[in-house]
Amino acid sequence: MSKICSLKEAIQQYVKDDVSIYAAGFTHLIPFAAGHEIIRQGRKNLTLARATPDLIYDQMVAAGCAKKVIFSYMGNPGVGSLRIVRAAVESGQVAMEEYSHFGMISRLQAGATGLPFIPMNQTAATDLEKNNPNIKRVTDPYSGKEVIVVPALNPDVAIIHVQRCDKNGNAHIWGIIGEQKEAAFAAKHVILSAEEIVDESVIRSDPNRTLIPEFIVDAVCLVPYASHPSYTQGYYDRDNKFYLEWDKISESSDTVNAWLQEWVYGLKDRDEYWKKLGDETHKRLQVKPRLASPVNYGEY
Amino acid sequence: MTNYSSSELMCVNAARLLKDGDRVFVGVGLPNLTCNLAMRTHAPNLQMIYEAGVIGARPSRLPLSIGDPTLVSGAASVCSMYDIFAFYLQRGNVDVGFLGGAQIDKFGNINATVIGDYAHPKVRLPGSGGSQEIAAWANRCYIMTPHQKRRFPEKVDFATSVGYLDGRAKREATGVRGGGPLVVVTDLGLLEPNANGELILTSLHPSTTVEQVKENTGWALQCAEKIATTEPVTEKELHILRNLDPTGIYLKGG
Repeated sequence: MSKICSLKEAIQQYVKDDVSIYAAGFTHLIPFAAGHEIIRQGRKNLTLARATPDLIYDQMVAAGCAKKVIFSYMGNPGVGSLRIVRAAVESGQVAMEEYSHFGMISRLQAGATGLPFIPMNQTAATDLEKNNPNIKRVTDPYSGKEVIVVPALNPDVAIIHVQRCDKNGNAHIWGIIGEQKEAAFAAKHVILSAEEIVDESVIRSDPNRTLIPEFIVDAVCLVPYASHPSYTQGYYDRDNKFYLEWDKISESSDTVNAWLQEWVYGLKDRDEYWKKLGDETHKRLQVKPRLASPVNYGEY
Repeated sequence: MTNYSSSELMCVNAARLLKDGDRVFVGVGLPNLTCNLAMRTHAPNLQMIYEAGVIGARPSRLPLSIGDPTLVSGAASVCSMYDIFAFYLQRGNVDVGFLGGAQIDKFGNINATVIGDYAHPKVRLPGSGGSQEIAAWANRCYIMTPHQKRRFPEKVDFATSVGYLDGRAKREATGVRGGGPLVVVTDLGLLEPNANGELILTSLHPSTTVEQVKENTGWALQCAEKIATTEPVTEKELHILRNLDPTGIYLKGG
């Protein structure tokens, strides 16, 4: 069954006020187009979960979409502070819940596999545990020693950007595969944005690359360049220049609001955004091909 | 006399701690440069592992972020974040972890979370990321940081990841698998844990003094019986480093 719709329709239908979302992707494939669409639709009181809130949640917090962030590293990767999320949690305007990366990802793993919680080994660091009641200890019934446990995370909606998928939502992802599969299986609803929507035969030509199967997907949206200023492996590069620029833009609410006006509210969709970026940026982010050797699945 | 920055001095000294064949959990910035330097000198078989899920990376350019696409192209393997932390780090397949932080205390505990109180912080920092697990589960850990008094308090405000808690026996009692921090590389010298896990001064870089190190440390720093002097930075090491970071994004510091 085809699930193709516009990103606008998908967000309207699944991302309501007060829901929790996981916009997946560790540095790679961050679904910025969906984040911007949520901002345009004026969503409020969202719980935003991501290992690294990154610029996508900085922008959504700036636009007033969030009541809470759940995270494990709150920085602008390689640049410094994530100023807006940081200021919002420092002032208490936005609530927060904090883990280590492994704690955060373990929560998704539990959610994705239908477990109520998941154990992990101790790290001897207890300060986070003291400050987050979700991080608990239980006795391993086999050894009698203590292990750390964290509860399943089951977001209402996972938003995943992929290189390619078919109209039903069978999706190929390659490059850094962070937590996309875990977020998709953990969530109640899954929205895919894709660089390309391809024929089912393309997906079936390489089934090992299908990380997300159609039956957990609710919406399939064709959105080329959806992850800029993040990147899509093999399609376009990370816009490191913008990540550095955001450090300046996010210094004051005036410049942030002007940026949101120009690049989010003032535009209809990702097509307009990409055009507005201009030839010079397009050229700067181009990548030369580097193909994998083909694999032989065999004819049986 | 060769001229170099503090960052170059730290990279060179940290690289010398790595062994050929080490599987190293790498961060961006100085640790990445350090590993690349070691690979181009005495450790050609070093394997770089990134928390983004990349194993055996061969980056062809300097990555700004830990999830840069250059880490993927040409790597030996790419896996999910759950897999990198569980199969590699938790299982014990990582030899070396590099750590840094806003504060490092007398027992090598690291704060990357808050200055001040957790609920009402003076400064909110990015938080753990992968460092809580790296510090606990890598076989050996090395810490790289500029030597400043505010970075070396007697006790961290918040222990994001731990060294020896408040004594080596305390860490051992928790049963965590890794050996803890072995060396803190600063721009003044090297600190290493004594039998109790307390960091003491064991080496000075050329032309630094014990007094300088003590002045820049927030606790009454003890010294090893015999303090060594680190080997001078060579032209070859500097040449390799500067080729890796030609515009000095990371190396210009200090």
